[in-house]
Amino acid sequence: MKLELRSVSKTFLSRRGDIRALQDISLNVAAGEFVCLLGPSGCGKSTLLNLIAGLERPDAGEVRVDGRAVAGPGRDRVVIFQEAALFPWLNVQDNVAFGLAAAGAPKSEQRDKAKQYLRLVRLGSFRRAFTHELSGGMKQRVALARALALEPQVLLMDEPFAALDAQTRDSLHDELQDIWAQTGKTIIFVTHNVREALVLGERVLLMSARPGRIKREFKCELPRPRHIEDHALVDATRQVLDDLREEVLKAQQEEVERERLAA
Amino acid sequence: MSGWRLRLAFFVALLAAWEALYRLNLWPSYVFPSVSSVGASLVNGFGDGTYPLAIAVSLRRILIGYGLSLTIGIPLGLLLGRVKFVQDTLGSIVLGLQALPSICWLPLALLWFGLSERAILFVVVMGAVLSVTLSTADGVHNTPPLYLRAARTMGARGLMLYTRVILPAALPAIISGMKLGWSFAWRSLMAGELLYVSLGLGQLLTMGRELNDMAQVISVMFVIVAIGLSVDRALFSPIERRVRERWGLQHAA
Repeated sequence: MKLELRSVSKTFLSRRGDIRALQDISLNVAAGEFVCLLGPSGCGKSTLLNLIAGLERPDAGEVRVDGRAVAGPGRDRVVIFQEAALFPWLNVQDNVAFGLAAAGAPKSEQRDKAKQYLRLVRLGSFRRAFTHELSGGMKQRVALARALALEPQVLLMDEPFAALDAQTRDSLHDELQDIWAQTGKTIIFVTHNVREALVLGERVLLMSARPGRIKREFKCELPRPRHIEDHALVDATRQVLDDLREEVLKAQQEEVERERLAA
Repeated sequence: MSGWRLRLAFFVALLAAWEALYRLNLWPSYVFPSVSSVGASLVNGFGDGTYPLAIAVSLRRILIGYGLSLTIGIPLGLLLGRVKFVQDTLGSIVLGLQALPSICWLPLALLWFGLSERAILFVVVMGAVLSVTLSTADGVHNTPPLYLRAARTMGARGLMLYTRVILPAALPAIISGMKLGWSFAWRSLMAGELLYVSLGLGQLLTMGRELNDMAQVISVMFVIVAIGLSVDRALFSPIERRVRERWGLQHAA
């Protein structure tokens, strides 16, 4: 499934003045690509993801999926959020089957798919558990299974591992690379962590802050599976970090400037 | 000494102090009865069947009145929490009426329904329904936006979003509202029964007063407390605790 953004802009209105979250973004993502959106917080990368998800509408430009304009959320593009957003009133299996149940799939299909994808994230034995009994990493794996169970073409991941401890995050990086290799999904992964972007992405898009633009693009062709401590990765990280630092500084200066003007 | 032992000792001491005070003979017994006469009154009341009858009558009324309150209050709250138009119109009325003690409806109820069972049910419903409505509306209103976004991205919309996400997400608040509604319903019923003679526990209180039988009044008060408390403790608290625990609103003890 091909994703296409054509000169997309998005502005949020607020009492403190309008915030131009995204300005004139054009982007093509080929089917099966793993793209990371990298940028400092507040650069509009989550907004970009929400536009692709159909959770928000662009003010200008358009988002196309396989040539059709996105009109709203769809099961072909499932979002995984920073907080797992599992439903506490359902057990793990029913959480994973949620999308299928909402679509009216037969019970047997719901059960089989839920089991299948829970096994894929290695949580087959936690089917009957409730969400408050799971660790943070397990919750995110359930959220991943829940998204995969809908068999979407595109996975939209919004800093899904940002709240996890380093060890858990590393193992989820391995797992996600495996799953991507096995399923061939198109993945768009938002992160503010340079190394994470380079571990996961084929392509890393560096975004600038207000207005959010795509500033640079890095290809990352290091062999997989990649690990966060690989030497080649550390070198690549340094290069990206230099670019990013400029952006962070610019964002900070802008804040200072705004405060000064407001005072 | 801790927990229930401390509590038990405290209540025993309290009863002893009461009995001691009675024996000082400061007041006539129809003003300040002894522990034993209240106990005897309890035993008599249950023995001759007047208390069980009154309890049955009151419970029947509260079951109907409370049931009606839930049937009206929960759907109304769901609408109120979700539909802006209803919020802007009915919402302010509900909030305003909530400030009115339910027994204030009795004069109206007597005019509309006469000296009937329906008048008292009306008072009970007016006492309970608004708190159920408001809690439900609150719960719906406070559904975490993240749940809605997650559900929408998985293809849930419209009524489905309502039944599968908003309603269960609001369940802890709905249960709190039910619990609050129960205690309001019970109070309203007692107030209604007191003022308007018609069997039931409230009438036993009035009767006790008219017969200068303070022992009966106090023993009936005990019964009223016991029923109100045991429904709260035995029914609502465990459900509330379990739901809050599972919903991640409180850690397992």
